[in-house]
Amino acid sequence: MKYLDEYRDPVLARRLLSELRATATRPWAIMEVCGGQTHTLVRQGIDELLPAGIRMIHGPGCPVCVTPLATIDAAVAIAARPDVIFTSYGDMLRVPGTAGDLLGVKARGGDVRVVYTPLDAVRIAREHPDRQVVFFAVGFETTAPANAMAVLHAAATGLRNFSVLVSHVLVPPAITAILDAPDNQVQAFLAAGHVCAVMGWTEYEPIARCYGVPVVVTGFEPLDLLEGIVMAVRQLEAGRAAVENQYARAVRRDGNTAAQQAVRRVFRVSERTWRGIGPIPASGLALTAEFAAFDAEARFPAGGTPAVEHPDCIAGRILRGIAVPTDCPAYGTRCTPLSPLGAPMVSTEGTCAAFHHAGRRKPPVEAR
Amino acid sequence: MSAVCLGVPGRIVALTGAPDLRMGTVDFDGVRRPVCLAYTPEAEVGDYVIVHVGFAISQVDEVEAARTLEVLRAIPDALAGELGPEFAQ
Amino acid sequence: MTTIDPEQLTCPLPGAETERVLLGHGSGGRLMADLLTTVITGELGERGPLEDAALVGADLVVSTDGFVVTPRFFPGGDIGSLAVYGTVNDLAMRGARPVALTLAYVLEEGLPLAELREITASVAAAARECGVRVVTGDTKVVGRGAADGCYLTTTGIGRRLPSATPTAAGGVPGDVVLLSGPIGAHGTAILSVREGLGFEADIRSDSRPLHRLVAAMVEAGGHEVHALRDPTRGGLASALNELAEASDVTVEIDEPGLPVPAAVASACELLGLDPLHVANEGCLVAFVAPAAADAVLAAMHADPAGREARAIGTVGPPGGPARVVARTLVGSTRVVDMLIGEQLPRIC
Repeated sequence: MKYLDEYRDPVLARRLLSELRATATRPWAIMEVCGGQTHTLVRQGIDELLPAGIRMIHGPGCPVCVTPLATIDAAVAIAARPDVIFTSYGDMLRVPGTAGDLLGVKARGGDVRVVYTPLDAVRIAREHPDRQVVFFAVGFETTAPANAMAVLHAAATGLRNFSVLVSHVLVPPAITAILDAPDNQVQAFLAAGHVCAVMGWTEYEPIARCYGVPVVVTGFEPLDLLEGIVMAVRQLEAGRAAVENQYARAVRRDGNTAAQQAVRRVFRVSERTWRGIGPIPASGLALTAEFAAFDAEARFPAGGTPAVEHPDCIAGRILRGIAVPTDCPAYGTRCTPLSPLGAPMVSTEGTCAAFHHAGRRKPPVEAR
Repeated sequence: MSAVCLGVPGRIVALTGAPDLRMGTVDFDGVRRPVCLAYTPEAEVGDYVIVHVGFAISQVDEVEAARTLEVLRAIPDALAGELGPEFAQ
Repeated sequence: MTTIDPEQLTCPLPGAETERVLLGHGSGGRLMADLLTTVITGELGERGPLEDAALVGADLVVSTDGFVVTPRFFPGGDIGSLAVYGTVNDLAMRGARPVALTLAYVLEEGLPLAELREITASVAAAARECGVRVVTGDTKVVGRGAADGCYLTTTGIGRRLPSATPTAAGGVPGDVVLLSGPIGAHGTAILSVREGLGFEADIRSDSRPLHRLVAAMVEAGGHEVHALRDPTRGGLASALNELAEASDVTVEIDEPGLPVPAAVASACELLGLDPLHVANEGCLVAFVAPAAADAVLAAMHADPAGREARAIGTVGPPGGPARVVARTLVGSTRVVDMLIGEQLPRIC
C-alpha cells in the first residue's frame, strides 16, 4: 500500500538502528503513548533490537485498557436489555466488567453488533425504528470526530432511538499525570500520530517546556517509530526539550480544525476516571447540553451494584510505565488473553496482550 | 505486516454526493469502501487521506511524505555488518 | 494538578464466560482447541493428536465436516462447493484420494427452493470435478428461526495413497515448511460481503480441492512428506501451532516472505486483523524432509493449486518449545500465537 510499504523497508530500518547506536551515549527511557505504536514495536520485535540502555516504556494509549470498569458494567447492562441493539467497535467486546463482557451478553441472547464506523450504528437505528440503538463511543481524540459526527447526523435526521455511551479520553492530561507521579521514569515521549492528526501539537508545547521533556509526534510504521526514537534521543543527548514532528505526511501544527469544531460542538471536557490510573481532571469528553438527549447513561439509568476491582492485577503500574507485564505474578498464568484479569490483556493493543502474543515470558534485561 | 492501528492511507476514487454529508469512495490498494470526507473538505479525487473508523481525519501531504523518505534514505549505511538478533540486548 | 496514587490502581476480576458456548469457540483458534480438550474429547474419552481425518484399518480414511457459512454465496464460491472441497481436503491431509461422500442437509423452513437447487447443483459440479460421488444422504427441516437457511454436513471416505503417511504429529527437526499458495483470500472474501463491514475487494475465495496437489507431492516425496494441514478457520498461524503442538517441535517461519495478496493485506490493515489469522479454503502447509523438499516443491509448482508454492520456514532444532516463531521484517523474532477467540475488527 502506498504510504505504508515505503515505511517498512528492512534496509532503512537497519540503518536507523545503527544511527541510533551512534547517537545514544547514555541510557534513556522513552514512552510511546499509543497502543498502535506498542503493537508495531512488539510485533516487529523492534524494542529487542534497540541499543542497550534505550528502553521503551509502553504508555496508556489504548482506549480499551483505560475505559473505567463502571462504564463497561453500564455497557453490559444496557446491551442485555431486550429493547436495545448495542453497537460497538470490535475492541470493546472482550473487556471484562464486574460480571462478564459483551460477548457473554451476546451469547445469552443480547443483540450486540460490531460496526466498523459509527455511521453504521446510525444506519442501524434508522433501519430499526422500533428498537433503541446504543453506540459505545470510546476512543481518544482520533475517534472523537467520527463519534461526534454520528451524533450530529442522528440529530440532523431527527433520530429518536439513537444514543451513545460515551467513554472518551484525552492524551495530554494523561501525559501530565504520568510526569507528575513521584516515581516517573519517562524522559521523552513519542506522541500518537493520529491523535495529533486531529488535534495538532500545540497542546504538547507547554508540556515539553514545563517538564523539560522532548515530545516527538510519531507515526506507526517501523521506520516511523525508529525515526521518532532517533529524534527523541538526539534531543535528549543535546539537552533539548522541544516538540518535533516525525509524522509530517499526516500531521500539521494546528491539526484538523473542521474535526476539532465538530468535537467541540458535541462534547465538552470533563473529569474522567482511567481504568488502572484513577480520576484525572479535564481528561475526558462528555456530551454538551445541546446533545444531552443522546446520552445513553441518562436514557438507561444503571441500578447496579458499584464496580468492585480485583487487587491482583498491576495494570495501573503497567499503564504508567513503572512495571512491565512480566513483573505481574498473574501474567501468563492466571491472566491470559483467553481469561484476562485486566484490560491491558484484552486488547491486542494492550501492553500485556502485546507481550503475551509475542511470547514474552522473561523480564527484559535492565537498562544499563 | 504490522496491523497499524487507527489510520490507514487510501486514495479517493469517487465523491458520492450525499446531500447532508460529504462522502466518497476510498481505495486501499484493491479494497474500497465508503468514507466520510466531512473533515477533509479540500480533498478531491486522486488525493490520499488517512482513514480512521470510516472517516478521513487528515489529507496525506505528498511533498512531506517524499521529504521524510529522502531523509531516511540519506542516512549513511554505517556498518556493512548485518544487524541481526545478536544485537538484541 | 493530578498525582497518581499507586494504591488506587487495581483491575477487575472478570466473570469469565464458562457456562455457555461463545461464537469464538468456533473460530478455529485457541478457544476452540480448549473446548475440544476440556469438553469434547474429554467426554468421549479419546486421546491423541487432533487430525483432519482418521485412518481406519490399513488404508481407509474417514472425515466428517459441517458447513454453516454466511453468506451462502460469496465471491469465488458457495456453501455447496465449499462442502465438497472442504471434505476432500480433510481426506487429502492424511494422504488419501477421495472415494465417496455423504451429504446431510438441515434446512430452515422458508428457504427458497431455487436456492436449494442452486446449492445442490454446486455440490454436484464440485463432486464431478473431484471425481467423487455423493452416495447417500439425509434431509431435515427445522422451523423458521431454528437454523440459518441451510447447513450441510458431510462424511468423506477415502483410500490412502501408497507410500503416503502424513500425520499432524509427523514433523521432525530440520523439516522444510512448504506453503502451497497465498493466504487469507477466503476469509477476506467472506468479510467483504458481511453486513456491517461491507467493503469491495478485488479478491475471491481460494476455495478449491487439493487432493491432486497432495497426490503429486506424495509421488515426489513419499514418506518424506511428514505432515500436512489445510489452514482453514484460525488461519495459517493456528494451523502451524496445531502442527507444532502435535509434533512437539518449534516451527520457524520468515514473516516478510509470506505470500499475502494486496487485498488481504489492505483489508487486514483496515479492520485491524492479522493475515496469519484469516481463513483459507484452498491452500496447505507441509512439513517435508529437507532431502525431498526441492522435488516436492517442483511437483507442487506443476499443479494449478500449487503454482505459487514456496518454502516459508523450517522446523527448528530438537529440544525447543512446541510453538511457532517468526523472523520479522526488521530481523527480530516474535512468537506467533493461535487466534485467541473470535476475530474482532479493531479501531486501535
